[in-house]
Amino acid sequence: MAHLKISGLDVRYGTTRVLCGIDLEVARGELVGLVGPSGSGKSTLLRALVGLVPPSAGQVVLEGEIVDYAKKDSLRALRDHAAIVFQQYNLFQNMTVLDNITVTPVKVRGRPRAEAEAQARALLARVGLSGKESAYPDQLSGGQQQRVAIARALALKPALILLDEVTAALDPELVRDVLDVIRDLAGEGITMLLVSHEMGFIREAADRVVMMDAGRVVEVGPPQQIFDTPIEERTRAFMSKIIRH
Amino acid sequence: MTENLANLFTFGNMQFLMRGVAMTLLLTLIGCLTGLIGGFLLAYARSSKGNLLAPVRWGAMIFVEVFRRIPFLVTLFLVLYTAQMILPRAPLFWVAVISICLLCSAYMAEIVRAGMESVPTPQIETAEVMNMPRWRITWIIVLPQAWKVILPSAVSYMVMFVKDTALASQAGVFELMFAGKALVNRGLDPLLVFATVLLAYFAISWPLARLGQWLETRLAHRHTERGIR
Ligand SMILES: Nc1ncnc2c1ncn2[C@@H]1O[C@H](COP(=O)(O)OP(=O)(O)O)[C@@H](O)[C@H]1O
Ligand SMILES: [Mg+2]
Repeated sequence: MAHLKISGLDVRYGTTRVLCGIDLEVARGELVGLVGPSGSGKSTLLRALVGLVPPSAGQVVLEGEIVDYAKKDSLRALRDHAAIVFQQYNLFQNMTVLDNITVTPVKVRGRPRAEAEAQARALLARVGLSGKESAYPDQLSGGQQQRVAIARALALKPALILLDEVTAALDPELVRDVLDVIRDLAGEGITMLLVSHEMGFIREAADRVVMMDAGRVVEVGPPQQIFDTPIEERTRAFMSKIIRH
Repeated sequence: MTENLANLFTFGNMQFLMRGVAMTLLLTLIGCLTGLIGGFLLAYARSSKGNLLAPVRWGAMIFVEVFRRIPFLVTLFLVLYTAQMILPRAPLFWVAVISICLLCSAYMAEIVRAGMESVPTPQIETAEVMNMPRWRITWIIVLPQAWKVILPSAVSYMVMFVKDTALASQAGVFELMFAGKALVNRGLDPLLVFATVLLAYFAISWPLARLGQWLETRLAHRHTERGIR
């Protein structure tokens, strides 16, 4: 059974339909890359999945549970299993790195502080940021901030992580460290949807790639299909444009 | 001239004016404190979500728009006559306090809202997806960042508001302007009296204005240092 099953998902902003009947099934632990031109609805899809934009039609099933975005309890249950990381300004600027990671486990989930801090330190070590516990976000580089944001998401033990262009605002030399962290997570049973323009990384790390255009899924397949032998004309056109740059 | 000066600058008169100054300061302070609290509540109500809270949002919006748009004197008389209808000997001080609270809350609501909106949305959305309740997001994430934007504007508003308190004398409330008028009524030289009143207003406003500027440069500086590089 699919870990995440999206069927006929529609999102509207006023009268414009931004997502038109998205169908997608993702297996547990799969890393799925989302590609497509700017404005094709990739961010909207991720935002809709965690209920930041209300879907106007369709169904989402996560871990066998149908999500009712209009119901607080259902949304809360979904959010207990899902995390999202954005392009920038993820970290709470008024809190240290350690507090950023422990605040939700302690204050929302009611876990003992000592335990949450121990876990946070372990996660920081994992993303290569031991020793930064008491730094404030504005004392870190953009890449370090993004790695803290990922560590913070992991502290909540999510089953699904959504990453929306998490390296797009970074200087090129900082991108690699963040991608390394993401690669490290793949194969750990966490389902990941990754929106990115790092085509090289997606080709190498993703299990499957979803090509989106104008609010629709155009083509889904393994990386070499999407990048090298696309079936759809629109995928081909998009790839040739990207490779030419 | 010297006789006029000597008549004005008696210990009793100066004490009288100082009481006016104290009252103006008190009204300003009350306005800004109640305004910050009321403004926060209004801004919080205005940023609520969901259909159920739509009336709360509308109520807050109408309150803010109305009291920002009508002259303070109108608010003052509205409160005065309403108070006198309920309680014929309503104390003028409280009439002034209530009017000021209404006006300052409406103005501060916009200042607080701008401050709260200056906090980058990804932080708030992340917290939302982490199932953090809205009041807690506001309390531990938004306000600790927003105050740096709110404070300088609030002080600037306070500087403006010092002048507005003079209108309270129109409703018979004792403050600096009222004290000045009272001295003139006692036959003192109007020009001298109001020149002194002017200096007193300046002595209140100027340090406040400087404080506002200082806060602005100090806090804005830290603000630009952050973000992703
Ligand atoms: N808040 C919004 N209000 C109105 N339209 C929006 C909003 N956010 C996004 N859109 C529109 O939705 C479409 C998809 O946007 P988005 O999901 O951000 O695309 P992508 O992430 O693929 O670049 C775009 O046409 C965009 O203009
Ligand atoms: Mg996007």
